[in-house]
Amino acid sequence: MIVYKYLAEVLFYALVCLTFAGGIMAVRSKMLMHAVLGLAATLFGVAGLYFHLGSPFLAMMQILIYVGAVCIIIVLGVMLGNTPDQLASKNLTGRNLPLALLACTTGFISLFVATISRTEFTSATEKVGDMSIEFVGESLLLQYCLAFELISVILLTAIIGAIILARGGREEKTS
Amino acid sequence: MMISANLNTYLIIAAVLLVIGIYGMVQHRSLIGILISSEFILNGAALNFMAFNKFVAPNPAVGQIYALFIMGIAAAEAAIVVSIIIAVYRKYQSEDPEELQDMKM
Repeated sequence: MIVYKYLAEVLFYALVCLTFAGGIMAVRSKMLMHAVLGLAATLFGVAGLYFHLGSPFLAMMQILIYVGAVCIIIVLGVMLGNTPDQLASKNLTGRNLPLALLACTTGFISLFVATISRTEFTSATEKVGDMSIEFVGESLLLQYCLAFELISVILLTAIIGAIILARGGREEKTS
Repeated sequence: MMISANLNTYLIIAAVLLVIGIYGMVQHRSLIGILISSEFILNGAALNFMAFNKFVAPNPAVGQIYALFIMGIAAAEAAIVVSIIIAVYRKYQSEDPEELQDMKM
């Protein structure tokens, strides 16, 4: 039994490495297609972390929605509008680089030193329900019905808005 | 103590994801790159919710529902932003954010 525990631990390290490597690939690559590949790697890593956090359902949803839908949409966007090479090569040497480094180091230090390492989080004394899909579905339809309805409205609005935005230019061009 | 059963580990991973997203947002020179970086920030937020859901929250369904909510928002946001980028590209023939000066399409 202890072997499985250490195996899970090693898997956890591998997932964290996958997540960070994908992130670095996404922000440091010259080609946008490589950046999307890095994003997909990170999303797989985060799906594995969800599995570690005890929710296989969310891991599957992460792979289905993020890797399966969002990444494909972004790939479509990359292919429809091309980025010139000159612009892409500025990606690594642009004048924003010191600013970006400053923003991320101060952000991480302030988050880590001031918040994460200082706060004591006490876990709840008693838990209601469990992590199962049944409980999540029941809460989603009964107690947290508003979130369910809101996400439906948001998705409908997004579909209609995307169609209107992407169609508008084409009509102008043909007329 | 196992490091994967510790709340702070997940919080640090989420913080690193947020920082990667901010770095990419400031540094990327194309609109699609900025969209990709924003997905990192959303993922960091969702991972935070799931970590607190596992280790702190009394009701284990809330964090999962919130993470699902964030996934739906991210999908809607990606669809809208890609169609906006296509419209912008049609108008300006460029994806450089610095060339997009006027708001009238």
